[in-house]
Amino acid sequence: MIKPVILWTDAAIWLLMAALCVYFFGVRRQATQSATWGRVLRDPVGVASGALLALFLLVTLADSIHYRVPLPGSLAGQVAFDPHARSLLDALMERQVAMRETSYSAPLAWQGFSREAVGGVGMLPGAAARREFPRLAFGGAQLADPARDWAGDVLARGAWGLAGGLLASALLFALMAALIARSHGGWRAGARDLLADRTHHPLRALWLTLAVVSLLLGPTLAWMPHYHVLGTDRTGNDVLYQSLKSVRTAFVIGALATLATLPFALALGVLAGYFKGWVDDAIQYLYTLLASVPNVLLIAACVLMVQVFLDKNPQLFETAVERGDLKMFLLCAVLGVTGWSGLCRLVRGETLKLRELDYVQAATAFGVSHWRIMRRHIVPNVMHLVLITAVLNFSDLILYEAVLTYVGVGVDPTTTSFGGMINLARVEMARDPLVWWSFAAAFGFMVALVLAANLFADAVRDAFDPRARSQRPHLWRRKAA
Amino acid sequence: MLNYIVRRIAYGALILVGVNLLTFFLFFTVNTPDDMARLNIGGKRVTQQQIDLWKSERGYDKPIWWDEAAPGSAKLTHTVLWERSISLFALDFGRSDARQAVNIGHEVKTRMGVSLQLALPLFILQLIASVGFAVLLAFFRNTRIDFWGVVLCVLMLSISALFYIIVGQFLFSRVLRLVPINGYEPGLDAVRFLALPILLSLLSRLGTEARLYRAMLLEEMGKDYVRTARAKGLAEQAVLLRHVLRNALIPIITSAGGYLPYVFLGSLVFESFFAIPGLGAFVIEAITGQDFAIVRTMVFLGALLYIASNALIDIAYTWIDPRVRLS
Repeated sequence: MIKPVILWTDAAIWLLMAALCVYFFGVRRQATQSATWGRVLRDPVGVASGALLALFLLVTLADSIHYRVPLPGSLAGQVAFDPHARSLLDALMERQVAMRETSYSAPLAWQGFSREAVGGVGMLPGAAARREFPRLAFGGAQLADPARDWAGDVLARGAWGLAGGLLASALLFALMAALIARSHGGWRAGARDLLADRTHHPLRALWLTLAVVSLLLGPTLAWMPHYHVLGTDRTGNDVLYQSLKSVRTAFVIGALATLATLPFALALGVLAGYFKGWVDDAIQYLYTLLASVPNVLLIAACVLMVQVFLDKNPQLFETAVERGDLKMFLLCAVLGVTGWSGLCRLVRGETLKLRELDYVQAATAFGVSHWRIMRRHIVPNVMHLVLITAVLNFSDLILYEAVLTYVGVGVDPTTTSFGGMINLARVEMARDPLVWWSFAAAFGFMVALVLAANLFADAVRDAFDPRARSQRPHLWRRKAA
Repeated sequence: MLNYIVRRIAYGALILVGVNLLTFFLFFTVNTPDDMARLNIGGKRVTQQQIDLWKSERGYDKPIWWDEAAPGSAKLTHTVLWERSISLFALDFGRSDARQAVNIGHEVKTRMGVSLQLALPLFILQLIASVGFAVLLAFFRNTRIDFWGVVLCVLMLSISALFYIIVGQFLFSRVLRLVPINGYEPGLDAVRFLALPILLSLLSRLGTEARLYRAMLLEEMGKDYVRTARAKGLAEQAVLLRHVLRNALIPIITSAGGYLPYVFLGSLVFESFFAIPGLGAFVIEAITGQDFAIVRTMVFLGALLYIASNALIDIAYTWIDPRVRLS
């Protein structure tokens, strides 16, 4: 029997997913809302970046199901559980976790990165200890004579993986063509329209994105069982595995911290704009106060508080993973409490405008209660601002996490994150010869994630804000179906 | 105008009082002066005498918020909060909690000079580069240059500043050996040390700002007076530079003015990566050493600069746009 562990951020992420589902069905029911979201889905950039984000979300979700396995040899009556909580992602990448080398090794290497003394003790006098690159315990361990077979093996596996990736993207293409076959008059015409980008939704952009991903994924999967695809770090851990873990950290911080700002910003902004007078003065004072303190210092002060709180309450967590997770959860809360002033100002301004409009005046004249006016008439009409700001915030927070972790007030050092990886990379990039792969992996994954988030945010903003749409640079215009 | 300035100062003072209370609240809700003393003295066995000595040396031996034992108004004044706040508002920052030898006021003065050397040229160059790039994109709007320029901006703003620093240090200092990796020397030599951080900081923010300013310029270009200017036969350059840019300067200055406090406070990341002894590096030291006196001073200074720069921006409006009246 395994023992499920629900971490704070797991619960929050799954709640967020549930909320997104509720939102999705809410949008389906409303014609205007679904028309606006339909605009996002007809934007090639929006669809491509959305698909990439969805893949990252899958990784996050797989790493958000935690459990503890029973230790072998425990008595029937009382089962002792492994003190280390594992996630579904850990189980999927069990081999990568187990393939732990002693130190640095380059991507796909079969030898260690630095020379070590080989032999020496117990050898014949005269045969001095030689210093050479040690063979890795796991990377390329299946090869009989790695010096001769290594290049061929890597190429062969890579080619097989690439072929698999090609096959997957071809299948995907066929599937898409089959899906649109009925509305386009036969699957042949469907395939032609798909290639020429003459479909209602930009399926070609979606297919291209997924094809690129599967072409990258194919060789990676083929190499993974026997090599470290992105090398290993100082303590011999697989860098690919760490990057995927970091994706989850970044995603959680981006999503939860954004979410945490919303209640303050929305409630206080609407209240200030609607009631004006002393309520407005008090709320304005509050957000000017928060905005006037340098953000990093404010967060640092809060995080130090959290640190002391955790040290004084060790009963709140059982394992190191749970501790790191609780700290990350509280960091999101801190980012939320300190970061709502910008959105609050926007919502207040919009509410000030809305409350003077005729339909609100009419509602007031009919004697509708304040609470009901705010809920029925004001809040739905500021939601577009909230949505645009939320998606724009997401990528900013991912970048911010790296800086905070560097300053020392970010996530726990035991939690893998891009900030932590970059921090280590700083030392590695000063080494000679250069250890570049950790840095390159963090760079690649982080840029992919942030870029996808930014492009998606732009697509959402263009859909919800006609003014932004008119400013979008156009190289070509999509032909309508 | 005078009326406005007086009210502005009064509101600023009110904000500063709030900021001060907030910092005290954040530090002392879970921490006690005893905890701070224990952490700062270090070591495993800390006697109560040592702690008491540490506290009395730094004036933490009084109640924090309210002294029940004291008579009359001393209930309020005989507290850590009161004494510390009064000295802070008199700009007397006292000494560091961790290292008594460090006079914070003196340190702030010297370090602010260093931070300014890095941040002031950066601020000016940044404004020129971003506005220049944005004007270029706006001039070539809806062409290939505009499209790929915006793509470049989005790409640049998706890369963390930390990557710019690490790659920049590697490329310019290790491979090309043009400038030292890090460090600082006063005087003219500083140029050698500051050139790289200025360049990298500029690059790391160029994408965000150029895209934002482009949007502001395009917003202005949709207005009627632009059509009039074109209709009377003005060249596009003249329309853009003489009419559009001047009007777009208002939102641009508002947005660039947000960086003004950091011109004095310095950048945490850049100063610590390049080992430049400015205020940013000072803050990082204080955070890692949990030095309450320094953190409180810097929070206070930051809020002060924020309020001052916002007031300055508002006054700058009246100068850029005579239609704006302050009330």
